[in-house]
Amino acid sequence: MVKLTDAERAMLDGDSGAATQKAMELLVRYAEALGAERFVETNNVAGVPGSAPPWVKQYYAADGGDYRAVFSRFDLDSDEVVDVPRMNAFSCHLQGGMDPSLWREQGMSEDAFANFQSDESEVAAHGVQILKTCTPYLAGNVPVMGEHCAWMESSAVVFANSVIGARTNCEGRESTSAAMLAKRIPDWGFHTDDFRRGHHSVDVQVPVDSIFEWGMLGYFVGDAVQDTIPVITGSVSDPSLIRHKHFGAAAASSGGVEMYHMVGITPEASSVERAFGGAPRGERFVYDAAARKRIYESLNSVGTSEDVDYVMLGCPHYSIEQIAQAAALIEGRKVHTNSALWVFTSRAVKATADANGYTKILRDAGAYLMTDTCSAISQAVPPGTKVAALDSAKQVHYLPAMMKIEGWYGTTEECIDAACTGKWRGKLS
Amino acid sequence: MSEVMDKPRVVIRGRKVVGGVAEGEALVTRETISGWGGVHAMTGTIIESRHELKDQSFAGKILIFPGAKGSSGWSATFHLTRLAGTAPKAMVFNIMTTKAALGAVVMRIPTVTDCDQDPLDVIRTGDWVRVDGDAGTITVWSAKPN
Repeated sequence: MVKLTDAERAMLDGDSGAATQKAMELLVRYAEALGAERFVETNNVAGVPGSAPPWVKQYYAADGGDYRAVFSRFDLDSDEVVDVPRMNAFSCHLQGGMDPSLWREQGMSEDAFANFQSDESEVAAHGVQILKTCTPYLAGNVPVMGEHCAWMESSAVVFANSVIGARTNCEGRESTSAAMLAKRIPDWGFHTDDFRRGHHSVDVQVPVDSIFEWGMLGYFVGDAVQDTIPVITGSVSDPSLIRHKHFGAAAASSGGVEMYHMVGITPEASSVERAFGGAPRGERFVYDAAARKRIYESLNSVGTSEDVDYVMLGCPHYSIEQIAQAAALIEGRKVHTNSALWVFTSRAVKATADANGYTKILRDAGAYLMTDTCSAISQAVPPGTKVAALDSAKQVHYLPAMMKIEGWYGTTEECIDAACTGKWRGKLS
Repeated sequence: MSEVMDKPRVVIRGRKVVGGVAEGEALVTRETISGWGGVHAMTGTIIESRHELKDQSFAGKILIFPGAKGSSGWSATFHLTRLAGTAPKAMVFNIMTTKAALGAVVMRIPTVTDCDQDPLDVIRTGDWVRVDGDAGTITVWSAKPN
């Protein structure tokens, strides 16, 4: 049974209002499902509170079918509809369903856009920051080492735990919405020291020194260790934010990796001993030339046609460094008439891209810089898309399956070449 | 059906994740399941490329699986299956994660974990299974008893 403090008991008794009471009720059910013994306080919550497509609102038509109904019935899983106050915790909205101005290009209807605008004004009115990104750490919410967070978005969670040393489980929509009100999350999993120790080793025997290689290694690691914590040693080099971002997203997709240790690179892995923390060492996996080739072939197993009609970049959302690089690669060229190029980022990063002229360079080439979403989240691809090219292992894992299209994985350069020629020419060198 | 045939083949004991009792036909997989991007909520169908249950629906089944993986949209996707009427009737899994725990809570279906025998070894697809979440027991028959 979960033990409650006096303050938590008071919330459960309704002293902080009906919505916070319902939030605590859900968090207690969740803590008991996990087997957690207590809660930890959090003041850094990232989720998707109350946003819903029209059919979900219609499902709650008898309750009013509005934001209040969806937040009460779906987010808090409450049988009653309650008034929802401003959130108590510092709260952020992660990625959303469409670009706020290029929604027509994404094939969205006027009705869908009106629903989007209505949800966004409710989210803002409830004091939730409109970051609208899967990379909150690039858009104004950078936790610090040891900070207890309640975040959704597997790629952000793995980044926060591994690269920053913040502490969060991979939370869900309902738990983050409840935590925004109660400022509590079960003290389980990555909030505790023992849980953060490594389980298995991965020995990297081929050079992993570019974002493309980091992405493939991430996909290998997730597949190898599934949802456990890998301790990675060997020839991984040249760490940078965007490489960690791609590596973690890939590992979280092919397995369920929510934290990794790279010895000498990540903050809780100054040595192999420190990374394992005295825990028994499990299996040893080797990433060698054969494994690298196998991963490349696996990522490209859903591609047969070389006629690329869509290139998507920005999974996870591109940083300003990546947008600058994409702009440099495409400047003076044109997207092929048989193809399309959409690049995704956050509104905060796009503001910088606008100021630097990158948005215009992309537009002049026939590409779009879009915000808030991606093709997988919005399920929006250019009309008639059959074959996509992607520079993200995570996106090639998800998008072809969701949209029933073919997909290729390659470098950013290969993807931009495909956009400009309409042909896939990627290969493993 | 005779009394002998009505006798369960095995009874597994575990820990309650979510209470309640439900029974139905088992759908067993040795592969972890992605929620968002891996499941089509409106039909309760697994859509992940290369998954051994690809194109199979868990709607109304007792879902027996190692655990959850992938996107943090796991609970919300499975929550939508409850709205769409395509949720499993009950779940049994081995590996506790926040995704699977929260998903079970918001689907409000009997769920058991931490079993004394590996349910993936003991239960086969098509077996008749009763999950008693409160008692933490999973009772397995080779066919539906009378």
